[in-house]
Amino acid sequence: MALDRILILAATSLLWAAFLRDRGKAWFLLITSVLVIFWLQPTLPIRGFDFWTPIATLVIVILTWYITADNEARSKRKNIIVLAIVSGLVLLLNLTRFLPTGFQFLTASRPPQLETTLLIFLGTGLTLFALSRLTHFSASFLTLGLILTIGLFLLIKIPALSYWLSYSLRAIAGQSLTSVSANDFRWLGFSYVAFRLIHTIRDRQSGRFPSVDLGEYLTYVIFFPAFTAGPIDRLERFIKDLRAPLAGLNLETFYAAGQRLLLGLFKKFVIADTLALIALNDTNATQVTSTFWMWIIVYAYAFQIYFDFSGYTDIALGIALLLGIKLPENFASPYLKPNLTQFWNNWHMTLTQWFRAYFFNPITRWLRSWQKPLSIPMMILLTQVATMLLIGFWHSVTWNFTLWGLWHGLGLFVHNRWNDMTKAKAAAWTTTPTKQTILYISGVLLTFHFVAIGWIFFALSSPTVSWQVILKLFGVQ
Amino acid sequence: MNQPIKPLNVLLKGLLLFLLFNLVIAAWQPQVGYASLYNVLYPGRERLPFGENSKQSYNLSLFNLDAMFTSHVIAGTQKADNEFRVIIIGDSSVWGTLLKPEETLVGQLNQINLNTCGKNVRAYNLGYPTISLTKDVMILSYGMQYNPDLIIWMTTLDAFPLEKQTSTPLVANNEKKVRELAANYGLKVEANDSNFEKKSFWKKTFIGDRRSWADILRLQIYGVMWSATGIDQFYPAEYEKAQTELAADESYHGLTAPLNENALALNVLEAGFRVAREIPMILVNEPMLISTGTNSDIRYNFFYPRWAYDEYREMMNTLTRQNNWQYVDLWNVVPANEFTNSAIHLTPAGERLLAENLAPYIFENCK
Repeated sequence: MALDRILILAATSLLWAAFLRDRGKAWFLLITSVLVIFWLQPTLPIRGFDFWTPIATLVIVILTWYITADNEARSKRKNIIVLAIVSGLVLLLNLTRFLPTGFQFLTASRPPQLETTLLIFLGTGLTLFALSRLTHFSASFLTLGLILTIGLFLLIKIPALSYWLSYSLRAIAGQSLTSVSANDFRWLGFSYVAFRLIHTIRDRQSGRFPSVDLGEYLTYVIFFPAFTAGPIDRLERFIKDLRAPLAGLNLETFYAAGQRLLLGLFKKFVIADTLALIALNDTNATQVTSTFWMWIIVYAYAFQIYFDFSGYTDIALGIALLLGIKLPENFASPYLKPNLTQFWNNWHMTLTQWFRAYFFNPITRWLRSWQKPLSIPMMILLTQVATMLLIGFWHSVTWNFTLWGLWHGLGLFVHNRWNDMTKAKAAAWTTTPTKQTILYISGVLLTFHFVAIGWIFFALSSPTVSWQVILKLFGVQ
Repeated sequence: MNQPIKPLNVLLKGLLLFLLFNLVIAAWQPQVGYASLYNVLYPGRERLPFGENSKQSYNLSLFNLDAMFTSHVIAGTQKADNEFRVIIIGDSSVWGTLLKPEETLVGQLNQINLNTCGKNVRAYNLGYPTISLTKDVMILSYGMQYNPDLIIWMTTLDAFPLEKQTSTPLVANNEKKVRELAANYGLKVEANDSNFEKKSFWKKTFIGDRRSWADILRLQIYGVMWSATGIDQFYPAEYEKAQTELAADESYHGLTAPLNENALALNVLEAGFRVAREIPMILVNEPMLISTGTNSDIRYNFFYPRWAYDEYREMMNTLTRQNNWQYVDLWNVVPANEFTNSAIHLTPAGERLLAENLAPYIFENCK
């Protein structure tokens, strides 16, 4: 997100918090979030799709709410008002296509013909109507929703499928097929939207889903401070803050939010953007001539990705705080942790917690339930590697993200076994504070370098070049 | 006793301090360009910073001469007793567009390992990729602090027209330096030359001048990539060769034959020799592409109609003889196939040829 947009969002939030306080808090958050997902969507080379992807986000979220909500929540009149307001906003945005150039400042490009949007409304309306006629909601709807969400996710994360999708959409739009790219279809925020949807569907399946109306659910999924880069909040926690009355902007809140926002802006736009000039990338990976400088640009990447990501988190937390929402923390000094397990407990914490809750724990329980369970080490190996592979695939399904997932999965397994074997000896050795410090610093350095080498797969797109970089790091090339 | 923090006070004090900081910067105008990580943490650059695509070239164009020179290897190289220091000034042909540092004229001269008067010849590239005699003199005046034993000034007719003297951004953004040259060395500069970028008080504050501050910082950051890769310009895989099929156009900067000396900045040459003081300086008419294609009977190349260039050569011969200046005319020593994307940009082999042609003149100037 560009600096000017962040400042506009922060200023809007501040003004609302300062002057309107609790009045219309839920409506303000909903309307702003709906507008922001259009405003932030980047221009796409496929005609009309930078307008239709935010609409698709809204439709998917509305349908998911319908299949996850309980009868009481579904029957609220407020839902109709929410639907009307959201549709009205989309229609108003679409109508800006008839205004002179320059008035389409909330959309990436001039919005497409109105007919398609109306058709999408009709389709969504008919689907909701059909669903409302069902007297009994079968669990299979939730399973279907889960499959569709994961399917969509794979469609935009597997380069071959993204390419096919871009090709098909260009063909439908009657556009040139000569410059098709897998990157044509960039659906802003969908990675995080998908996580929130899967979280709510799974919680509904397990009976832990709180009763929320459509407005609350929409606001939770597309909450604008966290829409593009997280953190991934949990619905029941978010709703508590959303429903809590806001006393208005007091100086303490202003100070805390401002401090967080400024810290985030500094991390992202000063430190991370400066480091980006010298951080490892596909171009400089093959240009660096010495081992020493190769380490420097790998370190630069390690710190750039941290300051970039944690900077965005701070910005999200700061803006949300102005609005009375206390989003969860995402980073807690991960590079100062003495082992890989602790690193992952403190790096992108909401993502790892999500995977722990919805993949690692269920799969571990399932493996344990086998009549002839696997050995503990084998079970740990399988679950750690599978979890880290999935986290890798969340970024993109490519060889390099596979290698990155494997690197961390195996690293976590090795650390687990090593810790098991040496725990007693380490405890016996660390009898003085000096020894404890030595062990801690050694652990931090080892962990940081393990993670930094892993970033090579993350930063580059080719396994061959990644391997060359690793060889160069160790003076082999 | 801990007093509770009053956020509003913190905000107001912060704003006040920032305002004060800006006023101090505007009034003081600190010479931040002298602070450099080059020649300390990183090796100095082989040529002055210049670059239009920083992310690919790991280089950038800025106008702070202090920062430009402190990033150069010459600023960090103590002159040894057995060093015969040669500085070469000029345009992009000296700087080395499309050439790696070792392929430029300076690189080639250093590779030849010239030895004269028992000293090792070490050449330094002070070329800068814009064409203006005034720009050359400005760089020369700055380069004099590095104690050269010989100066080689590579030039061509296109650096002479009056309208090109102060319009080049490096000159336009260094009015103070140019005015100093005018005061000390008789360089003619119009009192109300509109090419100069005037700095208002606001433009002198930290906020108003943030671009310059950021450029200096970026130059330091890109030092990492310069050190790591040795790359200081973007090398395209392909480029368009210099034009040899020419238009039947006899015009040259609005001038017609005979070449009017008053339209050329000959005074800048005089100022240049005054700047060099007693240090020997060789003025070189640099090689250019001589086309044999369409309309080559009218024009030598994209830059020059034949009449203008021929008259320029004659004029230079007369002028340098009258002033007793060392002058070498190497206009035709490089064959047409050794030019790259411009009529003055040479291939590595062309630069080698030029270096070999210049070497004897370096020996002649040994003291």
